[in-house]
Amino acid sequence: MGYASKSPWVIHYDGSSCNGCDIEVLATLCPGFDGERFGVINTGNPKHADIFLVTGSVNEQNISVVREIYDQMIEPKVVVACGICACTGGIFKDCYNVIGGVDQAIPVDVYAPGCAVRPETLIDAIVKGVAVLDEKAASLKATEKAR
Amino acid sequence: MGKATVIPFGPQHPVLPEPLHLDLVVEDETVVDCIPQIGFVHRGLEKLVETRDYNQFIYVAERICGICAMGHSLGYAETVESLMNVEVPKRAQYLRVIWHELSRIHSHLLWLGLAADAFGFESMFMHCWRLRERVLDIFEKTTGGRVILSVVSVGGVVRDMDSATLQWICEVLDGIKDEYSKIMKTLLTDYSIKNRTVGVGFISKEEAVNLSIVGPFARASNVNYDARLFGRGAYGDLSDFQPILDAQGDCYARVKVRCLEVLQSIDIIKELSAKIPEGDIAVKVKGNPEAGAQASNVLEQPRGECYYYARGNGSKYLERMRMRTPTSQNLAGMTVALKGCDLADVNMIILTIDPCISCTER
Repeated sequence: MGYASKSPWVIHYDGSSCNGCDIEVLATLCPGFDGERFGVINTGNPKHADIFLVTGSVNEQNISVVREIYDQMIEPKVVVACGICACTGGIFKDCYNVIGGVDQAIPVDVYAPGCAVRPETLIDAIVKGVAVLDEKAASLKATEKAR
Repeated sequence: MGKATVIPFGPQHPVLPEPLHLDLVVEDETVVDCIPQIGFVHRGLEKLVETRDYNQFIYVAERICGICAMGHSLGYAETVESLMNVEVPKRAQYLRVIWHELSRIHSHLLWLGLAADAFGFESMFMHCWRLRERVLDIFEKTTGGRVILSVVSVGGVVRDMDSATLQWICEVLDGIKDEYSKIMKTLLTDYSIKNRTVGVGFISKEEAVNLSIVGPFARASNVNYDARLFGRGAYGDLSDFQPILDAQGDCYARVKVRCLEVLQSIDIIKELSAKIPEGDIAVKVKGNPEAGAQASNVLEQPRGECYYYARGNGSKYLERMRMRTPTSQNLAGMTVALKGCDLADVNMIILTIDPCISCTER
């Protein structure tokens, strides 16, 4: 990918993470790492977002919220699991109230491991997410044409 | 009076990175009642003490909350040490407090940024987080981690700092202090910030005491209570420590108390790094906690007093580990502060108690 075809807007939801990854998601967009220079903007509205950054694992109570936000996002959309808890459940895997990684609730496109996930990893994951977004947009277009 | 309407707030809300759900009962524009619903972040990690031994659990304790990570590992380690009667070397105590106060600076700067964002001052949000990034650089250089430090062990700390590093930390803090005082001046004198915060979300001293509010939230209502006053660890060696108080009890007072606490923490770190004694940084801990032995501990975290309780059962696993975190105390105060406020002020009031939902639900 030579250049990003789109400035992705992201939406962030804290599953049952410990906050460590949440503040790293925000730190990625703030001075220091400055994700905003790539046009990555944090939005609070699922309908405006292209990339869904989920931190933390899912549990009985928030699984419906994660699904709801995912359903409200408009195609094409990409899900990035930020941090090891969102990937597999991490250190809390054995806890009674943890179902597992975010992929138990919604399809995940990019996994960004780490405890807490480092901003460099997150930027890499978002860039990978843009590539997936492009692929999805192309296949969406192709199916529309075929119709 | 209009008809009562319920407006849901959260769990996904732009103003708060964490999931907290509130049912706001409003009449016209006035909030008449507020019913919080929590449990979105509940993991049940207290039960993990049954499968992780007391040395391993320190890494779980650290991940109760990523913002107060250092505080929770420190509080847990101190509790287990008093359970097993371990005497921690003086140098380790100093290093622990230096890291803990650094994490207070990082937490308060993070909070000031989020609060600025809540009243729509986005450039201030960026400035606060830019300064905070330098504290994280100190963490990264001295411990290797940015938010999860993994530096405390039962019996001491796992990494030492030499005098050059301590000197460097003081220099970085001087730089932070310079820029921070400009930010603080804007936060405390800007008239549009005052319009949003003065007189909003008032909690009187009596209410604060009755509702057991802790931390900067209580100190902004003139409650002279700070667990650092008990002088555990290196806090006992401070020449002069007075909690920062404010009598106003509104959102502005809470902003002010936290603003000044950053400067106080910088002074504490400088004083301790000048006085730090030479010596070991850890002692070897042998054996297991005795069956039936109990220990409790309080620690002043960035958000207030956190209480720890541990009970041993003779094996390497603890029988019970319990924390009472500052935000679970403060949520009651928040619901009281929200009653009668304007709907537009809800963001500000929720943020000025500095909620940490991960701590609350564990």
